[in-house]
Amino acid sequence: MTQFQTEQSSAHQMGTEPVIVARDVEKWYDNGFHVLKGVSMTVYKGEVLVVMGPSGSGKSTFIRTFNALEPYQKGTIEVDGTTISHDLKDIEAIRREVGMVFQQFNLFPHLTVLQNVTLAPIWVRRWPKSKAQEVAMQLLERVGILEQAHKFPGQLSGGQQQRVAIARSLAMQPKVMLFDEPTSALDPEMVREVLDVMRGLADSGMTMVCVTHEVGFAREVADRVVLMDGGYLVEENTPQEFFSNPREERTQKFLSQIL
Amino acid sequence: MTTVTPDSFSSAPPEVVGLGPIAWAKKNLFSDWFNSLLTVVIVGIFSWGAIRLTSWALTTAQWQVIPNNFGLFMTGTFPSGLYPRIWALLAIICGLAGLSWGVLGRNVSTLFSRGVLIGLGLVCAFIVLFPPTRPSSLKLLPMVALVAIAAAAGRQAGRKFPGIGKWVSLAWFLSYFAALWLIGGGLGLTPVSTNDWGGLVLTLFTAVSGIALCFPLGLLLALGRRSALPVVRWLSTAYIELVRGVPLVALLFMGQVMIPLFLPIGSRPDRILRAIIALALFSAAYLAENVRAGLQAVPRGQNEAAMSLGLNTPTTLGLIVLPQALKIAIPAIVGQFISLFQDTTLLSIVGLAELLGIGRSILANPAYLGRYAEVYLFLAVIYWIFCYAMSLGSRKIEEKLNTNH
Repeated sequence: MTQFQTEQSSAHQMGTEPVIVARDVEKWYDNGFHVLKGVSMTVYKGEVLVVMGPSGSGKSTFIRTFNALEPYQKGTIEVDGTTISHDLKDIEAIRREVGMVFQQFNLFPHLTVLQNVTLAPIWVRRWPKSKAQEVAMQLLERVGILEQAHKFPGQLSGGQQQRVAIARSLAMQPKVMLFDEPTSALDPEMVREVLDVMRGLADSGMTMVCVTHEVGFAREVADRVVLMDGGYLVEENTPQEFFSNPREERTQKFLSQIL
Repeated sequence: MTTVTPDSFSSAPPEVVGLGPIAWAKKNLFSDWFNSLLTVVIVGIFSWGAIRLTSWALTTAQWQVIPNNFGLFMTGTFPSGLYPRIWALLAIICGLAGLSWGVLGRNVSTLFSRGVLIGLGLVCAFIVLFPPTRPSSLKLLPMVALVAIAAAAGRQAGRKFPGIGKWVSLAWFLSYFAALWLIGGGLGLTPVSTNDWGGLVLTLFTAVSGIALCFPLGLLLALGRRSALPVVRWLSTAYIELVRGVPLVALLFMGQVMIPLFLPIGSRPDRILRAIIALALFSAAYLAENVRAGLQAVPRGQNEAAMSLGLNTPTTLGLIVLPQALKIAIPAIVGQFISLFQDTTLLSIVGLAELLGIGRSILANPAYLGRYAEVYLFLAVIYWIFCYAMSLGSRKIEEKLNTNH
């Protein structure tokens, strides 16, 4: 579909340099619900990590702590060497380096596709408009939306909107991309076009953390798959082992429910 | 991946076959005996009312009260020797209105469509034929022409310089101060005391000033009520709830009596200024709730998306949340502006001779005793014209901002 998609899948140039280090993260919601019960996880540069789990397991909440969209009460999270604290400066610095794609796309409906993509580079990176637009057009071409650059999000299909959302995050040239169930709100026939873009992104060496229910994607693209349930990290494994020979009983049960 | 564009389907939508007038009437008005009865009764009531009103307007009504006092209605006791200043102000406003119309309509194929031409023709015919406007009709016609010429010029300019919109907005902003100068005098013009400001000019001046003041204030209050800082939140909430619990008339009296108490002795702000402040403070509380409703209607995901891109709070607010919130709140906000415009009629209670107040004082003149119907109908039409214009404007803005087609 796009020029950067190659035959090779999986086996990315995974380094040993950690990008995100989460240690014993605990979080309670305002109503007292204990949603994360001491989760530790390390994301290495260049790897694709898939987080699976039943709904309510805390997987979305967990990855949303990586860019401080969700505060947490115990433990530490380090992103690119900076510890997430209450310091707004630190948080903004981290958010500049962490891209995020949401289940509901969350494109800005009052701005055109091109303005959606150039907004953050212009206002956060302080790029001149011409440079931001040039980069944005390249990215839109990469995700196959170039012809729609001057339309508004409301005029695009769900799959196209999600691809624009990916381009919008990439425009900030992040060090790591977080995907929070990026295909769950899409009609079935549009899931593939989004997964294809994510696959191409993985092949280009991007560090990615994906919360998804797409088993095929996890099998083919992930370097590691983890299972979360009830606020705990249950199992962490290679995709081959995870799907064909899981260690934990809980994982077997989960897989029997979704496969 | 293949993209299917609407062009791939060449078939046009099926043509809707229109009903003939008789078939239409049968389907919509006389489908069964009950609907027929309803139609006959309603049409009967309306035509009876329309006939009575028309015959009264053409035979019984004595319209002289309006042309005889036209100057009073428009400008109150403004010195008649200085009327050219008011005409100059009207010319500025007509020119700017035409210019804005032309600039906004620069992408429309024909600015003067048949409907617009008929409308302009009707306005001119009304000005020439309707007795109340007779003393000024010779000067009102060039104003209509000015609007049309400015519109044509604005369209040309808008096509040549796409960025002209900003300058037109700036011109509107400056026109406010031009109005202040032309009405109040000073800086080389004969000063006119605010005691002599009145009529439609005073109504429009207080309404425009009130709107211009209450909008930013209401916006700040709405943001304050949603602020994370408890003190700001409490103060905003307290202000909104307190003001909404007091009738405007009470606030206007308080404005006349109490505002001077808070200021150093000797610096008594003008009566009109005090009234404008009271109006704006009152409307801001309601406006704040309208804006807050708009803010709450913006999905939380918008905020999260903006934050995840690294945008800071003010940028997120200014570029992402507020534009969407205000767009949602436009109908409610314009409704509040219309209320404010009509609330200016209460200024007559605190002794300002705005349009309704002038009408009442004219009716108190023995020469025009009992001309209530004529005067109040005339005033109603004037109020309606401005309120309808605002409502029309808000609909146009909504259409322009709709991005979901």
